[in-house]
Amino acid sequence: MAVDDKMVLRVAGLARLKLAPAEVPHLTGELNSILGWIDQLQAVDTGDVQPMDAVIPLTRAWRADVISDGNIQADVLANAPQAAHGFFAVPKVIE
Amino acid sequence: MADPYVIEGRTGPWELVIGLEVHAQVISQSKLFSGAATVFGGEPNSQVSLVDAAMPGMLPVLNGECVAQAVRTGLALGAKINRWSRFDRKNYFYADLPQGYQISQYQHPVVGEGALEIETEEGARTTVGIERIHLEQDAGKSIHDLSPTSSYVDLNRSGVALMEIVSKPDMRSPAEAGAYVAALRAIVRAIGSCDGNMQEGSMRADVNVSVRKAGAPFGTRCEIKNVNSIRFIQQAIVAEATRQIAILEEGGSIAQETRLFDPDRGETRSLRSKEDAHDYRYFPEPDLLPLELSEDFIEACRASLPELPAARRARYEAELGLSPYLAGVLTADVDQSNWFEALLADSAKRQDKPAKDVAEKAANWMTGELFGALNRLGLEIGESPVSPAQGAELLALVADGTLSGPLAKQVFEIMLETREDPGAIAEARGLKQVSDTGALEAAIVEVMAANADKVADYRGGKDKLFGFFVGQVMKASGGKANPAVVNELLKKALG
Repeated sequence: MAVDDKMVLRVAGLARLKLAPAEVPHLTGELNSILGWIDQLQAVDTGDVQPMDAVIPLTRAWRADVISDGNIQADVLANAPQAAHGFFAVPKVIE
Repeated sequence: MADPYVIEGRTGPWELVIGLEVHAQVISQSKLFSGAATVFGGEPNSQVSLVDAAMPGMLPVLNGECVAQAVRTGLALGAKINRWSRFDRKNYFYADLPQGYQISQYQHPVVGEGALEIETEEGARTTVGIERIHLEQDAGKSIHDLSPTSSYVDLNRSGVALMEIVSKPDMRSPAEAGAYVAALRAIVRAIGSCDGNMQEGSMRADVNVSVRKAGAPFGTRCEIKNVNSIRFIQQAIVAEATRQIAILEEGGSIAQETRLFDPDRGETRSLRSKEDAHDYRYFPEPDLLPLELSEDFIEACRASLPELPAARRARYEAELGLSPYLAGVLTADVDQSNWFEALLADSAKRQDKPAKDVAEKAANWMTGELFGALNRLGLEIGESPVSPAQGAELLALVADGTLSGPLAKQVFEIMLETREDPGAIAEARGLKQVSDTGALEAAIVEVMAANADKVADYRGGKDKLFGFFVGQVMKASGGKANPAVVNELLKKALG
């Protein structure tokens, strides 16, 4: 698999990354090198190997259904560039 | 089988193909991946943990109760429970999605295929396939009308657990879609996995609609997002199908897209802002382990299920001898149904009879008198001024002859106002039926003396006058005389 400049621009757009035109061919080359290494791994026959979900033995680390957090409005809003009346205030989103 | 539902176009009839994705908010104390509270209506951003606000370095930890609720819902729909499932990231940007992705389940949902029996209001029964149920996080809420220059964001909903219940494209009419949502709502409410409150948004649907000529393959579908009432779902289906038919009959083709329903104008419109939205670049959520379920866990979920609406309805028909209509009405909503269960149990106890001998009278009273009164007062069953025990006492007083039908109605009206017990009301206000023969005989003698001419006419063969005498005696007793006793005594006295 390989990507071209058009695909790189599309993925950058979806990720909200602004690329200068000169950066694109360079990134396309880098991504294609990475994909090349992945292709190399594909050559290994893994037909008999179970997919590994995690490197540690699986445990069910579930949380009990209790309220143990929240009521920290000031902390939640502390880094917001703008807040008003307890809300985050963001540039108007028009549907 | 009834004729299939079609919409007549210029070129002939068109069939509809409908599938629904219902988003149901899971009932839990805390969120899917954090310990913040889920209750509706808190101060903005007060029910938010640093996990829900997506602060860097915060890790999600799965709430086991939310998993149990999804599994219970799957079991109630007879669905396959997947012993191994996984969470994935669904990537998109929006102001009320602080993570920049939603944790959802894409390729491996926790619940697989199932089925739901539905019955339309016209009584047509059919089965709608369930494709899957997966768990995911809700987003925050954007408020656009509080400030002229900003949108406000409240993250209290952020991270609340949702079940997305996806149907197969098995529905063929707005009526079937409505019946499907109603049946689904009845089940999640009965098992307590979602409160089904469509007005507050705890249940909402994305509606997929396409049209085709009879026997043709499926057409291209459009998805109408976030419809929040059964009536709007049905209106949106008709509006969207009509739009698609007009395009196809003009020789055009349908573009697969996301649309919004505008109830005020009765039409759907394109949501162009979501054009890129289908490129979600899902990948496995690296912060969570795969979701593995043990047989013990699944069996515990199964054991926790109450009697389901369909089973209760069948039991009411088979064991209580109720008509399909009454059984259907009494099992449509879990709160009403549980009220009836309490009324029935208490009635059987007070009258010392098996439940099936008191069921029909109890069912008729509840669906007639009680529902009529609640409707008039604008109250839900949970707000009823009369308790099941008081209802059962009233029915028992009718059954043992203490109250006649009309007196019971009077007592019931007083119960609605004062919330007192019916026995106490009848006692205090002298509303008990008079069956005492001595008192009634005295009244009969008076009536006969006052109407000697009519007595002569009756004895001369004018049988119809009997009703007149019954009426006079009832009147003299203030409406409290036992009509059966009056009849018997009058027959003797008039000879």
